[in-house]
Amino acid sequence: MKTATAKAERSECEIDTVAGSAKSTEGDGVVIDCDIEELYYGKFKAVRDTVIPLEKNRITAFIGPSGCGKSTVLRCLNRMNDLVRGFLFKGHVHFRGKDIYHPSIDPTAVRRYIGMVFQQPNPFAMSIHNNVAFGLRLNRYRGAVAEKVEEALKRAALWDEVKDKLHKSGLSLSGGQQQRLCIARAIATEPEVLLMDEPCSALDPIATRKIEELMAELKTRFTIGIVTHNLQQAQRVADKTGFLYVDTSDGGRCGYLVEFGQSEQIFNNPREQYTKDYIRGQFG
Amino acid sequence: MNTQDAAIKPCMTPDPFEREVNPFEGVNFPELEKSLRRPRTAVDLLLSNLVSAMTIFALIPLFSVVLMLLWHGGHGLSLDVLTQLPPAPMEQGGGFGNAILGTMVMVVLAAFISIPFGILSAVYLAQARPESRLATTVRFAAKILTGFPSILAGVFAYGVLVLTLGGYSAIAGGVALSILMLPTIILTAEDAIRMVPSKMRDAAIGMGATLTQTTWMVLLPTATPGILTGIMLAIARAAGETAPLLFTALFSNYWLFRGGFNVMQPTASLAVLIYNFASEPFEHQVELAWVAALVLVLMVLVTNLIGQAFSRRQIQE
Repeated sequence: MKTATAKAERSECEIDTVAGSAKSTEGDGVVIDCDIEELYYGKFKAVRDTVIPLEKNRITAFIGPSGCGKSTVLRCLNRMNDLVRGFLFKGHVHFRGKDIYHPSIDPTAVRRYIGMVFQQPNPFAMSIHNNVAFGLRLNRYRGAVAEKVEEALKRAALWDEVKDKLHKSGLSLSGGQQQRLCIARAIATEPEVLLMDEPCSALDPIATRKIEELMAELKTRFTIGIVTHNLQQAQRVADKTGFLYVDTSDGGRCGYLVEFGQSEQIFNNPREQYTKDYIRGQFG
Repeated sequence: MNTQDAAIKPCMTPDPFEREVNPFEGVNFPELEKSLRRPRTAVDLLLSNLVSAMTIFALIPLFSVVLMLLWHGGHGLSLDVLTQLPPAPMEQGGGFGNAILGTMVMVVLAAFISIPFGILSAVYLAQARPESRLATTVRFAAKILTGFPSILAGVFAYGVLVLTLGGYSAIAGGVALSILMLPTIILTAEDAIRMVPSKMRDAAIGMGATLTQTTWMVLLPTATPGILTGIMLAIARAAGETAPLLFTALFSNYWLFRGGFNVMQPTASLAVLIYNFASEPFEHQVELAWVAALVLVLMVLVTNLIGQAFSRRQIQE
C-alpha cells in the first residue's frame, strides 16, 4: 500500500511538471477527479454533465439552489449513493487515478479513504471515546487507541471540552460539539479526503464559525469537499467553488455544473449569467 | 377623535397614547373567559372526566387481583413454602420450590431458543431484506402468532417432542413456551432496530463499515434496551402460561434434579401447580395455590418492571 501511494504521488508530480504551466493555479494535484455524465435515481435523472476535480489540501465547495444535486454529487464521491435504490451512475470518479466505480472496487473500502461528515450531527449512542475509536475498531487498528482518539479530538478542536468526560455518551454534547465529534470520528482513521455535506446547516453561528476555522486547519492534512447553502461560507473557506444549477427544460429537475473555478473568480467575477444572478441573490 | 384629526394623522408619527384608545377593536373579551354555559367547555369537561374514569376502571382488575392474592396468599408466604416439595394430601407444611425451579428452568430454556432466533430474524426483517417477500411473510406470520392460542403451542410441542421422545419433559415445555415468546421478540426487536435513527446507520456506512459491521457495532447496541424490553415482556408472558405446559411438561411432585439434573422428565411449574391445587378438595392445597399465585404474579411483575426500566433507559438516551 505504501509503495502504491508513493507511486501515485510520483505520477502526480509528473503530471504537474508536464502540464505545469497550464495548471499553474492548481495545488499539488487532483486527488478526486469526478466526471458525472448522467446520474439517475430510478427513472429520474438527477444530475448531468458535472466535472469537478478535488485538489490535494484544498477546500472545494459545491454551491447552488436546493435540489440542484450538489449533495448527490458529493455522495457520489464515496459511493454513499449506492445505498439509494435505483441509483445509476454514468461517468467516472477517479480517486488517485483509480476508478472507484469499477466493478472490482469494494465500496466499503473506498469509504475508509474518503470519509464523510453529514448535515445532521450523527454521533453513535456510545461514549465519546468509542465514537472516535469506531473507525479504528472497524480497521482492526492495533495500537494506542487512546492516543489516536486524543489526537483526533485535538485536531477537531474538541479535546479541551470533552477530555474529562470521554466515557459520557456522545449524544450528551451540544449540536456544535456533536458535529466536531463527528469530524473527529471521521479523521481518526486519517482518510485522504473529507466530504462535508452542509456540515453547519444545523448549527448556530458560533458553532459554525468554529467548524469553519477547523476546516482551514484540516485542509493542511486532508483534501476537503464541502456542500453548502451559505454563500458567505463558501467564500470564506473554499479555494475552489463549483456552482450547480437546475435544468428544468425537459420537464424534470436535473442538476448540472454551470461554472467551476477559483472561489475568488466565482464570487467576484463570474463568467456565466446564472452564476451572476445566483451570487447576487436574484433567484434561488 | 374628529374628522380633522383623522385626516392629519397619516402624516404624523403615531401617538402612543392615541393608539391605546382602541387597540383591539373587534375583540369580544367575555368570549375569552372560561364559562361552563358554553357547550364546548361543558362537553370538554365531561369528556375529560369520562376518560379519567375509564382509565381508573381499567386498573381495577389488576389491582383487585393483586389485593386478593395478597389477602389470601400473603400470610402463607414463607421461606419453607418457597423451598420445599409439595405436601401429600392431608399433610401439612410443604411448599412448591420444585415448581418455582421448574418454571425458571423452562423459561430459561425457552429464552435460549427464542432469543437468538428472534433477534436474527429481526435483523433480517429490519435491516437485511426489509421488503422482500420472505420478510413480509414472516412479519405477517409473527403477528398472527402473537394471538396464537397458547394451548395449540402445547399441542404442537406434544406432537413434535413428547410423542417422539417418549414422555413429558422440561425440554418439551421449554419449546412450547419458546413458540409463544418468539413472535413478541421478533416484532419488538424489529421495531427497536428500526427505531435506530437512519443517520447513525449512514454514519457507520460512511465510515466504511460493512452491513454486518453496521449491524453488530451500531444497530444492535443502540437497539439493545428496546430488544431487552421485548425479551422481558415475552418472558413474563411465558412464565404465566399453563395450557401449553399441561401437554408438554405435565407436573411432578419432585425436584427436577432428582437423580442428577435431568430435563427429560415431567417437570412442575407454578402455573400448573396452581391449576392442580386450586381444584383439590384439601384446604391446605388450596391455600398453597393462593401463595403460588402470589409468587407467580410477583415474578411476572418484577420481570415486567425490569423490562420497563430498560425501555426508560432507551428513551433517556
